[in-house]
Amino acid sequence: MELSSELKKEMYWMMLLSRRLDERAWVLHRQGKIAFHISGIGHEAAQVGAAFALKKGFDWVTPYYRDLALMLCLGLTPREFVLSLMGKSGDPSSGARQMPSHFSLRRVNAVSHSAPVATQTVHAAGIGLAIKMKKEDKVVLTTIGEGSTSQGEWYEGVNWAAVHQLPVIFLVQNNQYAISVPPELQMAVKSSADKACGLGLPGITVDGTDVFEVFDIVSSAVERARTGGGPTLIEARMYRITPHSSDDDDRTYRSREEVEENKKKDPIILIRQKLLDTLVVSEKELQEMDSNAKEIVTEAVKFGEEAPYPSFEEASYPVFVEDVRNG
Amino acid sequence: MVEKTLVDAIRDAMDEEMQRDENVFIVGEDVGQRGGVFRATVGLFDKYGSNRVIDSPLAELSIVGVGIGAALYGLKPVCEIQFADFIFPAFNQIISEATKMVYRSNGEWTVPMVIRAPYGGGIGGGLYHSQSIEAYFTHAPGLKVVVPSTPYDAKGLLKAAIRDPNPVLFLEPKKGYRLIKGEVPEDDYCVPIGPANISQQGTDISLFAYGMMHYYALQSAQKLASEGISVEVIDLRTLIPIDKETILNSVKKTGKALIVHEDNLTGGYGGEIAAIIAEHAFTDLDAPVRRLAGPDVPAVPFSHPMQDWYMINEEKITNAARDLANY
Ligand SMILES: Cc1ncc(C[n+]2csc(CCOP(=O)(O)OP(=O)(O)O)c2C)c(N)n1
Ligand SMILES: [Mg+2]
Repeated sequence: MELSSELKKEMYWMMLLSRRLDERAWVLHRQGKIAFHISGIGHEAAQVGAAFALKKGFDWVTPYYRDLALMLCLGLTPREFVLSLMGKSGDPSSGARQMPSHFSLRRVNAVSHSAPVATQTVHAAGIGLAIKMKKEDKVVLTTIGEGSTSQGEWYEGVNWAAVHQLPVIFLVQNNQYAISVPPELQMAVKSSADKACGLGLPGITVDGTDVFEVFDIVSSAVERARTGGGPTLIEARMYRITPHSSDDDDRTYRSREEVEENKKKDPIILIRQKLLDTLVVSEKELQEMDSNAKEIVTEAVKFGEEAPYPSFEEASYPVFVEDVRNG
Repeated sequence: MVEKTLVDAIRDAMDEEMQRDENVFIVGEDVGQRGGVFRATVGLFDKYGSNRVIDSPLAELSIVGVGIGAALYGLKPVCEIQFADFIFPAFNQIISEATKMVYRSNGEWTVPMVIRAPYGGGIGGGLYHSQSIEAYFTHAPGLKVVVPSTPYDAKGLLKAAIRDPNPVLFLEPKKGYRLIKGEVPEDDYCVPIGPANISQQGTDISLFAYGMMHYYALQSAQKLASEGISVEVIDLRTLIPIDKETILNSVKKTGKALIVHEDNLTGGYGGEIAAIIAEHAFTDLDAPVRRLAGPDVPAVPFSHPMQDWYMINEEKITNAARDLANY
């Protein structure tokens, strides 16, 4: 499908905004202003490509912790993300109960996830089942890292969706590492998408640094799911440019040369060049977008710094639905 | 009113709730055409169809995890775990997901679901068809834990559990499925989750039990009455939330407390009741709090003499209660 220049620019904008926000989080961590960051740098093309294939606020998503770009596309604001980074009042994912990047945004059907990996995969199957039972034409997108596809929960979730032909898109973001462990020690197949043939659903591997290609592949999977054609397993491949998290020292398991080499396939650089080459944007426009993103991020950080912390009393609830307090 | 068995009352509850609310559905192993290995869902497949009575893959974590997903979407799953002994594959989904969803999303997401599990020994089931599992789950805030002991309560409590907006673990004393009979109204009623039931008034000792043990406790009380010992029997019915008031009022009246469960002693739920009494009724006690519980071996052995050694029965309760009364 040929994308309009407008749409291409929009996709680039979301990737850029996510990157600038993510980079700022690292700075805030170095400044001692936040305690933890887990980064999506290098994943933006896969996430934005997938997000644009959905009907935002209509379809459902069970995300994972690297999905900053995906969440921004769905409607999470930079301000809201900064609140969660800082554990401030008003964090929409958890009221600052969860660590940063444990996403949830009820208003756009982005479901709360926990830290134990692959738990969200099974929820996606359940949501898919509910959609099918209700005879609705929504779809669910669920994301995960390649290492986490080793979990039994992941297999059970995908199996359910295949058995019942549920409208679920399983998107694996293969960034070549699970903290320090490479994919060869997770699976005997070349791509987690190859696992699909054992479970009875289509499996597709896509270049996760190419936002337009991801958009294409996910769009056709969404179309199939929406029209009763069942689930698809997609592996998008990219490189985790940053350490696993702000607590990780990746020099203990990979060389600087390897990282530098892989930065040449940074999806932001690739799309910038592509947009320039195809005359979708000018150098001047790109600069404008850059300064816009910077401004938005700076404003969001200021907003976050001025926001209050929750009071400690909020830690006591809500254990049960009866304890939920609004406002 | 008609007399019904425990399992018939449980089926009635599901049937009525499925009739009342189209969002209620059943999922589990062999619950469809087979009607469940204990026949708890007999007839429901024919009545409601495969869309609402779903034979799941043989995988407990996804029975619960898919249930959670459907509940997040707004449906009301009643998940059947074929034997409580097989709930452990689902432990992560229950503990990490169902119990924490409301808290971790600050009330944005809820998991209105019921997990039904036949539990308990004395049926020749050996190690893996006999276990009592309540203590693993009463420790997890965010989950309600219910154990009925009469057909009347089973129907009313299960209906309340299905209507409850929280996850509820509903433990069914399977030895009593056909053994325990009682009057069950045909009409729509709920027994509230929370309050314990004083099933027999008494003045000499308080006897706390639930599930199958409550059935035996009533028999013991009758026998002891003929010996001139007046036993107050309290059917806890709900372990979480626990009815402290009824427990304490009874102990204040009798001054003596015996707690009975078939789960093994150490770390069992009886310790919680004993602690509540020790903390809040110390000066009312005329004797040490006593616990009568299963022995601290890994599970119930198969061969009859060994099984009988393990199981708490009417005679063991009678002896323990008599001892305490004579303290
Ligand atoms: C069940 C569980 N075990 C261990 C961890 C600790 N842990 C967090 S992320 C991670 C690596 C995940 O790698 P991958 O699935 O490839 O995702 P990525 O972080 O690379 O995006 C590990 C081991 C966890 N969160 N959950
Ligand atoms: Mg990875």
